[in-house]
Amino acid sequence: MATLTSAPPNRQAAPPAKRPRKGPIDWVREHIIAIVAALVFVYMLLPNVIVILFSFNQPAGRFNYQWVAFSFDAWLHPCAPPGMCTAVGLSLKIGLLATLVATILGTMIAFSLARYRFRGRAATNLLIFMPMATPEVVMGSSLLTLFVNMAFPLGTTTILIAHIMFSISFVVVTVKARIAGLDPRLEQAAMDLYANERQTFMKITLPLVAPGIAAGALLAFSLSFDDYIITNFNASSSSITFPMFVWGAASKGTPVQINVIGTVMFLISFLFVGLGQFIAWRRRPKG
Amino acid sequence: MSAIAHIGTDAAPPPTRRGKGLVPYLLLLPGLLWLVVFFVVPMVTLLSQSLQTGSIDTGYTLTWHWQTYTDAFSLYWPQFLRSFIYAFVATAMALLIGYPLAYTIAFKSGKWKGVLLVLVIAPFFTSFLLRTLAWQTILSSNGIVVKLFNATGLMNVLQALNLVNGDQLLSTPFAVMAGLTYNFLPFMVLPLFASLDRIDPRLLEAGADLYGRPFTAFRKVTWPLSMPGVVAGTLLTFIPAAGDYINSKLLGNPNTTMIGQVIDGQFLRVLDYPTAAALSFTLMVTILVLVSVYVWRAGTEELV
Amino acid sequence: MSDPGAAPGREGTAQDGDVRIVQVTKQFGAFTAVDDLTLTIPQGSFFALLGPSGCGKTTTLRMVAGLEDPTVGQIFIGDKDITGAKPYRRPVNTVFQNYALFPHLDIFENVAFGLRRRKEGDVKRRVDEALELVELGHLARRKPSQLSGGQQQRVALARAIVNRPTVLLLDEPLGALDLKLRRQMQIELKRIQTEVGITFVHVTHDQEEAMTMADTIAVMNAGRVEQMGHPGDLYENPATTFAANFLGQSNLILADISGTAGDDILLSVAGQRIALPKSRARATSTLKLLVGVRPEKIRIATEGRGGEASGMNVLTGGVVSDTSFTGVSTQYLVRMPWGQEIMVFAQNVGAEVLRPGTKVELSWVPAHTFGLDASQDANAGVDLGGEEAAPAVGVSP
Repeated sequence: MATLTSAPPNRQAAPPAKRPRKGPIDWVREHIIAIVAALVFVYMLLPNVIVILFSFNQPAGRFNYQWVAFSFDAWLHPCAPPGMCTAVGLSLKIGLLATLVATILGTMIAFSLARYRFRGRAATNLLIFMPMATPEVVMGSSLLTLFVNMAFPLGTTTILIAHIMFSISFVVVTVKARIAGLDPRLEQAAMDLYANERQTFMKITLPLVAPGIAAGALLAFSLSFDDYIITNFNASSSSITFPMFVWGAASKGTPVQINVIGTVMFLISFLFVGLGQFIAWRRRPKG
Repeated sequence: MSAIAHIGTDAAPPPTRRGKGLVPYLLLLPGLLWLVVFFVVPMVTLLSQSLQTGSIDTGYTLTWHWQTYTDAFSLYWPQFLRSFIYAFVATAMALLIGYPLAYTIAFKSGKWKGVLLVLVIAPFFTSFLLRTLAWQTILSSNGIVVKLFNATGLMNVLQALNLVNGDQLLSTPFAVMAGLTYNFLPFMVLPLFASLDRIDPRLLEAGADLYGRPFTAFRKVTWPLSMPGVVAGTLLTFIPAAGDYINSKLLGNPNTTMIGQVIDGQFLRVLDYPTAAALSFTLMVTILVLVSVYVWRAGTEELV
Repeated sequence: MSDPGAAPGREGTAQDGDVRIVQVTKQFGAFTAVDDLTLTIPQGSFFALLGPSGCGKTTTLRMVAGLEDPTVGQIFIGDKDITGAKPYRRPVNTVFQNYALFPHLDIFENVAFGLRRRKEGDVKRRVDEALELVELGHLARRKPSQLSGGQQQRVALARAIVNRPTVLLLDEPLGALDLKLRRQMQIELKRIQTEVGITFVHVTHDQEEAMTMADTIAVMNAGRVEQMGHPGDLYENPATTFAANFLGQSNLILADISGTAGDDILLSVAGQRIALPKSRARATSTLKLLVGVRPEKIRIATEGRGGEASGMNVLTGGVVSDTSFTGVSTQYLVRMPWGQEIMVFAQNVGAEVLRPGTKVELSWVPAHTFGLDASQDANAGVDLGGEEAAPAVGVSP
């Protein structure tokens, strides 16, 4: 089938890969979109590969930018850099708490938006959208002014508050999409079959929306664990999260262990998502 | 405009339950309250802070000192401009690169669709700071990229465009923009994909039938139908990119300073809160204007 | 015989009884979906609500199920007023158009759902029984997505029937099936209904389906019932032009009343005489009537060869304008002197096929004629009934 050509993209990183030596020009033209897509994937995933790769590096100096030698050292002593594991611990703690609260609040909002007509929809939609579109600098700095003006001490609590704030919107979007995809006739069928509202929700709605809620929670956790800018604005010297640790290390010296943590996070996330995909694949309609 | 995307799609039926009293509002209340208190109110305090005078030691008082804005702007307008230019380039590049990717996943991936989507968000599985640091490795002077650019003459092109100085790629505007594009690419691809995925493939077939050349079919059918995704992706890329400073700090040099860095510095090092707040608020207002234009054209239902 | 019975502790048990819909109106904003509808569905019957899309039949069904509330009016099952009752308090179960099987539960749990919610005992035996009824016992542990459309439909049926409701509602359940499967399921559903004895209320737009399966049909249009009765009565003696055109096809000829003769009304159209039994005329004190006769009732012969068969209604002067040989029959369009095209279906018994341009005369038994109020729109219901569109039956001015 005829394919579309787009303007040749200006790739910054990956070299214009092997022009297919085999096969005629037609093959290229037909598959140009797919080729471009593949190259874009390389561009997107190359840094991840580097991170994982360099967790096995044995750097010569304080920084981990040049490949020197292969070593398991960092993996065997993951908590060697002072303060790193504490930072990871704090990030995990904040991440889990923020995820819990944001998921609950966001799911409630998602149900409201997806299932009810009410006055103030437009304003609600806008309010939910804004945190996703606002630059982190603005959100972080404005929260700082709030806390300063209220003379509220900065620290773990303020970080937590901020993380919940910016995660809610993402949970709403994810869960709302899932609810929207849910056939309302399923709930009608349940009520027709003698399930009252509560039973319908627990037995039908919730199980079917659960994957969306899980996805939203996962997203919230990733956003929280990974956040630097907003966290930095609202932290104190005693509340160092993992991204803050990395930032500090970027100027002073990057221990290989931060790559180890990065790789572990990558694998865990991959596992979760892969699991989700696998479950969906198992449930696929046959034939 | 957003309604066009629903042609030929089985969009979910709009909510039908007449507002059963208080239930929708009760569900909304906790979350929205949180957002109001911790998102909206801070904007107010930000504005208020920008109009105060004083210092950390002596305390601040609200004096409606609008001059802070003019002072800040006259000092830092180059950084503002640079931020928007970098963000614009990054967004354009992201659109250029991301569209074919989204297109492939939506229409040409068959059973691999799920896997490919996972790959699109896979970068997020590692901390973005680490990934941006990885670019320092990739673009370093004895890395393969530099060698390749030199060999193919691409380096000369970049030099001519003033995007690099000398033979290195790191600490250059080029690196910053490359990093920005990289970091926000998924934010462009996902809305694009969502929009493309909703297009009924029969519409594309009809287009291919009607218009002789594939590019015409694309221009007249696919592109307009994917507009909601393009707009959403553009908003979600341009705005955060304009406020970013990680990329310019890690991959750039003092001449590539973006407004985000200035705000950060003013708040956390110089401790000039009013100026910092003024800069931050100006950035926010610019964003609000952009979003308002979008909402005015397309309404709010497609936002969330 | 039916024994819906009252299981102990079951909520909202209604007496066995007819379903009575009393002066029910349903409005969605400014749109009236159901307009002052009054209907009684006899207990134990297979009842069809037949009509085109948007006529209000599904809305009516949903109101009986409790999934919509009437704006005005009441609904009874037996003596019990169920108008405001929630769906889970009604002894009514529904088979949805898209089956609405719960995707995350297997077939067994789907069917058992209603039983479990009411905490009824003996779940396994009853579910197995229901699955056997629809011949799907061997698939009890599969998930709905692993079943074909026809199988899903049967599971939906089992899921509803297992609860032994007083009334079973079916919302165009066969719409998504292919022709062969649909025919099969029509027979199946009829068999099951006869066996189980529950009142079935079947909503469909397919008039053939309704006539095949139902004991009683109510033809609906624009929120109202146009006519209700046994399929045969409805077909042979329609009450309105809509019913005449929607069920099968009709020729409707505008004629002037010219007198009476015994039990017949005499009418004339373009000078030709038609006799209509008085009992088959729906309007009496008028000057004109729409005279109706079904295409398959008309005999077509070349002019002059028919002979003046005594007692038949005869129309001469027609010219064949179109001939379609469909195998089973030949469908003719005959242009009459006054401009109207009459449809004739001639069963294929080996007679010679008449070519366009042939002059013909049409004749039929007067008892097959029906007369309708001339003020109605002669084209009501045309192109809406079932698979084939009837050619527009124009009435010349």
